[in-house]
Amino acid sequence: MNPLLSFGDYLWMTFAAFLTLATFSFLYKDNPLYKFAEHLVVGVSAGYFVIILYYGSLKTQLVEKLINHEWVYLIPLVLGVLMWTRFNKKLSWVSRYPIAIYIGIATGLAIPLEMQTKVTEQLEAMMVYIQWNDLLAGGFWNYTNSFAALLVIIGTLAALIYFYFSKEHKGWFGGVATVGIWTLMLGFGASFGATVMARISLLINRVQFLDQWRINSVGSVHQEGSGSYTAIYWVVLLGMLGLLVVDLIRTKGKTETDLN
Amino acid sequence: MNYYTEKITRALLPANATALLVALLLACATLNVSAQESVVEEDAVGSALVAPVGVSSVTASDAPNDAGRAVVVTFVPAPVPQSEDQALTLSYEIHRALSQDGPWKKVGAMPSDTTAIMTFKDAGGRDTTSSDYFPTETDLYYRVRSMTVDTALFAESEIAGPVQGIGQWWNSGRSPVFWFVLFFTILTLVFLNVARKRGDSLYIRPLAGIDAVDEAIGRATEMGKPILYVLGLGTASDIATIASFTILGRVSRKVAEYQTDVIVPCYDPIVFTIAQETVRSGYMDAGRPDAYRDEQVYFVTQAQFAYVAAVNGTILRERPATNIYLGKFFAESLILAETGAIAGSIQIAGTDEIAQLPFFVVACDYTLIGEELYAASAYLGREPLLLGALKAQDYAKAVIVVLAIIGVIMTSMGYEWFAEAFKVVG
Repeated sequence: MNPLLSFGDYLWMTFAAFLTLATFSFLYKDNPLYKFAEHLVVGVSAGYFVIILYYGSLKTQLVEKLINHEWVYLIPLVLGVLMWTRFNKKLSWVSRYPIAIYIGIATGLAIPLEMQTKVTEQLEAMMVYIQWNDLLAGGFWNYTNSFAALLVIIGTLAALIYFYFSKEHKGWFGGVATVGIWTLMLGFGASFGATVMARISLLINRVQFLDQWRINSVGSVHQEGSGSYTAIYWVVLLGMLGLLVVDLIRTKGKTETDLN
Repeated sequence: MNYYTEKITRALLPANATALLVALLLACATLNVSAQESVVEEDAVGSALVAPVGVSSVTASDAPNDAGRAVVVTFVPAPVPQSEDQALTLSYEIHRALSQDGPWKKVGAMPSDTTAIMTFKDAGGRDTTSSDYFPTETDLYYRVRSMTVDTALFAESEIAGPVQGIGQWWNSGRSPVFWFVLFFTILTLVFLNVARKRGDSLYIRPLAGIDAVDEAIGRATEMGKPILYVLGLGTASDIATIASFTILGRVSRKVAEYQTDVIVPCYDPIVFTIAQETVRSGYMDAGRPDAYRDEQVYFVTQAQFAYVAAVNGTILRERPATNIYLGKFFAESLILAETGAIAGSIQIAGTDEIAQLPFFVVACDYTLIGEELYAASAYLGREPLLLGALKAQDYAKAVIVVLAIIGVIMTSMGYEWFAEAFKVVG
């Protein structure tokens, strides 16, 4: 009977399953397995991003431009080199210049964009046609488009008033602001529910992966060729469990400060 | 069999040669074939379909409000075939050349349509080595090829051009943005002047989350534990991150005064360097530059969940008394806030990412919602520059509320020009 996966592929799958379980062990408490997974992912990602940044930015956006004699790109090169003066205490003040230029450019780019997306476009979208005599034509629950639009307008304006900082939220003004914060909270509730559902689907994906690992390891009556690596499966699971038990005994009654 | 299926079938299947010959002669007689460059194809038994009538009224003009790397081509599509022997146009290919004699390059295609006038935007980039490079201020010529089911059977249009792609300095489609920025700038300058004259007497309503910052720093000092300050995943160009730098400066100064510690793990390298400068400045302002250590502010990684794993580890090992999450946050918001809650820290969060605010609201002690984050820096610092900007924001909001109400009434009364005035195009 041929296994579903080659031994090499199975080892990689086992390593991924080990890291998944090590990360899940955080639910118990901080422990050496989680620390290992954490440090590994931080280290690997840091190295990975160095390469990504070189090939994605430095090479395509600078090196190749300079090779093509586009000399204007010498300016970002110089600014980038100036950032390195931070390593010298006497010259570290020089690095403030590229930072200042960067912040200036970034702010200059961000302000018109924010004004467009968060002010003018929203304002124009809010100015909709409302058919006043048709507001509740279909009844409260079968509301018309005009009714929905009016709700959006009232909610938006009330939320905007909640963010008015120059006046205390008292009296009628406070009442409108309360409508505003209620509108926000209703929106947050809906958003929360939608996002939690998305997270649950991520969890399901991980659990399915672990189940596939189990099938590849100990087998399934429904899948021919599975169950060729039973020993490795149990060694990994019992090994992880053993480590957690040892950690529990070692840290029993000790605070985090004692351990550090 | 519908009309179009029948046309396609006729193009593919042999037919009576005599009938087709007659049809061809009739088609030549009725259509002005000589005006178009048409191609006629014959099948194995001598039957033939004539090419469709090409498109007409082809124009090419510089695309408005751009950097000069686009040309708009318009044309009147080919009429529906009047004869069964005429091939059906299925799509149009737009070709571009640097001279009338070619060579021609296909720059796009559109499906056949019966719209009165069809529009195609030929746009490209500035990279001369890229395949979509678009030359500016160069004479360009365009023609439209009407394609049939048989790629060898098509009709060319007349040539349009020369036309040049020319960049514009003013994007009229975004004028409303300019006027709003100008209005807001003037408002800021006016209130900056007012704030300078009246000092910190300008009223700002209390923000619970910000009042809690000083309390949280005091708590950390009493407990002898550090404060964790997370700037989020934003870059230095994000407004939320910029607002967070201001608050970080204030927190660092307080931390230095109280002789406690602040930890700032960073996600973005540029944010990291700015955060280092900000914290260092905070310590200097408090008169304790010697207490500042570079290790307090450190770069972790640019991988989202690796960063979260590292910060979670820090929260559990250092057990900070206070966690402050201010900036741009994404999927990591709940993971961080939950870990902080497990560690028993007081948590203050603030972001303008609407999708993440619910998580902070449920898992943190205080949450700065959206613009409260921007207001917080002015509220904390009470510097004329920030106070003036905050007051200007408030008055701008009042104007927006009034404009929105007027806009809804005007639109509902049929005066749509008012709403159109705020429309941003491009």
